[in-house]
Amino acid sequence: MEIEAETHPLDKYLRTDRIPHIWCPGCGLGTVLNCFLHALEESDIDLKNLAIVSGIGCTGRVAGYLNVDSYHTTHGRAIPFATGLKLANPKLKVVVFSGDGDLFAIGGNHFIHAARRNIDMTVICVNNYNYGMTGGQLGPTTPLEAKTTTSPYGNVEHPFNLCHVAAASGAVYVARWTALHVRRLKESMKEALNKKGFTFIEVIASCPTTYGRRNKMPTGLDTMRYYKEKSVIKHGIDPSEADIEIGGDIIVGKFVDIEKPTFDEILKKLEEKIK
Amino acid sequence: MKYWVKEELKPPHGKVYIIKDRCKGCGFCIDFCPQQVLQESEEFNAKGYHPPKLVENEKKCIGCGFCSLVCPEFAIYIEKEEEKND
Repeated sequence: MEIEAETHPLDKYLRTDRIPHIWCPGCGLGTVLNCFLHALEESDIDLKNLAIVSGIGCTGRVAGYLNVDSYHTTHGRAIPFATGLKLANPKLKVVVFSGDGDLFAIGGNHFIHAARRNIDMTVICVNNYNYGMTGGQLGPTTPLEAKTTTSPYGNVEHPFNLCHVAAASGAVYVARWTALHVRRLKESMKEALNKKGFTFIEVIASCPTTYGRRNKMPTGLDTMRYYKEKSVIKHGIDPSEADIEIGGDIIVGKFVDIEKPTFDEILKKLEEKIK
Repeated sequence: MKYWVKEELKPPHGKVYIIKDRCKGCGFCIDFCPQQVLQESEEFNAKGYHPPKLVENEKKCIGCGFCSLVCPEFAIYIEKEEEKND
């Protein structure tokens, strides 16, 4: 028989008085958070030197559920806040946890410039193809022809390819996984946490309530089965070839892993030179 | 083969722990378990969902931990059973 339990071994990382979280049944966000906690546990990071920053939206709630130093910023401004944290205290390990709307629509410019400067932080972007919290409006990542509340006859805008944007802006580590690739996602998060520089992980996750039920995937389980059927792992390919289309293959994998001096290191060198 | 393999390899086993009242019934653990160890139970939890329960064969779980990684609610985890030398 299964054993009934009261507490979970990962409860020490959570503010358990806020659990259960507000995310819908079948939402992929809980899975992504779970993988992140497993990655934290396995990578021996000092929790006193860890800061989680998130923006607004369903994914923005992550900062409130984690029992570490965390900050819930205004809409789109997670990355500028995290940049400030990192520059004021270079010892901190800064992780930005936010959604596609927050990071690429409202905060798009901040993302591009933080990646260009190669500021030492890890950005985890949960991409659910729409603005889930406000009722499922189309966003910059909604695939062509997808139906949302503001595109009831199908989306006519070309979407962003987030991995391509990150790689082109200068990120040193770029990977994409779906919420079903839990083990690979966990390993990828560990790699990104231990790497210096601007590291970016895109996680494609289900949003059954506002996106899925308008696109023939009414439950989270349907979306996960779709990922199982359609995702193809291609490590090291050019991210420009990894566009997301409705009904097409979802190309996942680690696309970029390079070394580049970070903003901190260059600044320190300059300071020594001037002295 | 029997000359150099002294013992038969035993598959590992896992114990399944479930926090029933946290479950929201998404079904990820039931559907994606590689050993098909779990099934939906008929009872209701405090929120009105059906939490998972084990199927009859107790030794089927190999303790891979996929369910504990994929659960969005932190409601299930695995403990690996120690190998006993009999």
